[in-house]
Amino acid sequence: MSLGVSAGTVGRIAANVFKESVRDKVLYSVVLFAILLISASYILGELSAGQEIKIVKDLGLAAISLFGHFIAIFIGIGLVSKEMERRSIYALLAKPMSRTELVLGKFVGLLATLTVNVLVMSAALFIVLAISDAVTDPFFKKAWEAPAVDPALLTATGLILVQLGVVTAIAIFFSTFTSPVLAAAFTVGLVIVGHFGADLKNFEQIVDSKPLAWMARGLYYILPNLASFDVKLQVVHGQPVTAGYVAMTTGYGALYVATLLTLASLFFSRRDFK
Amino acid sequence: MAAIETDGLSKDYRIGFWRPRPYRALHPLTLSVESGEVFGFLGPNGAGKTTTLKLLMQLVYPTAGSATILGRPLGDREMKRRIGFLPENPYFYDYLTAEELLSYFGGLFGYKGADRAKRVSRLLDDVGVGGERRMQLRKFSKGMIQRVGLAQALINDPELVFLDEPMSGLDPIGRRDVRALILRLREEGRTVFFSSHILSDAETLCSRIAIVVKGHLTASGSLAELVTSTVKGWEIVLDGLPQTPAGPALLKVTPLAPGRFAVEAVPSVDPAQLARELAGATGRLVSINPIHDTLEDLFVQQVDNAASTDRFDGGTEPNREKSA
Repeated sequence: MSLGVSAGTVGRIAANVFKESVRDKVLYSVVLFAILLISASYILGELSAGQEIKIVKDLGLAAISLFGHFIAIFIGIGLVSKEMERRSIYALLAKPMSRTELVLGKFVGLLATLTVNVLVMSAALFIVLAISDAVTDPFFKKAWEAPAVDPALLTATGLILVQLGVVTAIAIFFSTFTSPVLAAAFTVGLVIVGHFGADLKNFEQIVDSKPLAWMARGLYYILPNLASFDVKLQVVHGQPVTAGYVAMTTGYGALYVATLLTLASLFFSRRDFK
Repeated sequence: MAAIETDGLSKDYRIGFWRPRPYRALHPLTLSVESGEVFGFLGPNGAGKTTTLKLLMQLVYPTAGSATILGRPLGDREMKRRIGFLPENPYFYDYLTAEELLSYFGGLFGYKGADRAKRVSRLLDDVGVGGERRMQLRKFSKGMIQRVGLAQALINDPELVFLDEPMSGLDPIGRRDVRALILRLREEGRTVFFSSHILSDAETLCSRIAIVVKGHLTASGSLAELVTSTVKGWEIVLDGLPQTPAGPALLKVTPLAPGRFAVEAVPSVDPAQLARELAGATGRLVSINPIHDTLEDLFVQQVDNAASTDRFDGGTEPNREKSA
């Protein structure tokens, strides 16, 4: 087992993952559907004077996050497991590379794909917002808490991307030691729990049992706190998201990803490909 | 220097879900393959050939024992730069073209730019898929995939090539091409370790062979050592005989058509003299052929031995190289 990592090898594997995504028609359908949904939010916004821009932003960011999750989970699980199922890994691992590089390459490749997708979806959102801005009566604009084409939206989409990085790492982690179906179930389960992390923190306020409260507190620290990456509400309502918070949250995400990928690499490096 | 050395390499799998029990896929295997030889690793389906190759490629880890390839431990990155591997029934990324796949694998060896493009182009031409280089692999037939598999195994000009069932899925032309390729590799001084159950290929190509049955190495050595070249008898085919031939020198008589017979005679007779006597006034000689032991005889004998004894059912006797 070799843990040596070459950036060139990781890059080449990542480029291949990216190429696979670019040629995957399903991915295009997902992104197209997300763009349609973002565009449709404009129509919904029209139904509520003064609130339209908030609805467009809220729905748009939610669509980016939701479809990003969909891509991260379902492509993420397939990245490693498909290699094993179809046995393409046999010829690959005979090349001068380690299994760690394979795991890292897959992660980086999907992250690059997600970055492009989030950028495309964000561009669609900005276009819809710019159109809304152009066609809205200035009188109604006074009710807006933040400008339509608000650069703060990029903070939200940036943190969504970090969040998707964590979700991708979770999917890859599970797929290195279990079947795709179980990996999908575990990943979806952990992502759902991760979005309700704050509830675990406050569990001691609603239960009397100390051990249960400690367990909930322990889980809070172990499980990914995906809710911390969600600043949609603040951005939509024009509240500031500090650079310190963004840096801290990004650092947390990076640390979580590094831990998961290290564990994934350890499990994967010990696995027999029967 | 030995290109491949294994020392007591073995593999147990756990089978069963509720009460998993060990199943020994490969009994301790001690084997040495010299540089520059074409080594045939033969055995029936499920004998442990692919398990051995997977162990050598570190796709599975050994339960016990060790091995070196080109004098370096398994999994060593520098060693991997000098070897090529064609898996059994290979599958490659079907969204890539043949050219892109080879380019990707070439990149993993650090080849870049024009050098890589030249290598890819030459190899695809060599294996006969040059015309389809820009076609996605999903449109390739099984035989064409096998050819691409061979090309990717040679992308780095390897000193040692592992081929797992290289003739699998190929038509007669494809098999002829692969045989020519292996012979060319031998002429270039490369070592080839290939697993197969197609014995005629092994007979044509191999300097040495090993036979593995039910995870046990049952025989290994050069074909000359394993298969005796002494004449075991004579097969004479005659036509136009008025009656069935008979005589003390005949071991077996097989009628082929009215008046046409194949006879097997003891090795001590003069076959030409016997043919003359049997043909008599009306008969005509069709052919005389010496009967030798073949690799097939040896193979079948090894498999039959394994089937008729229970020594291969769970024993831990070490697998060492031995002659039949």
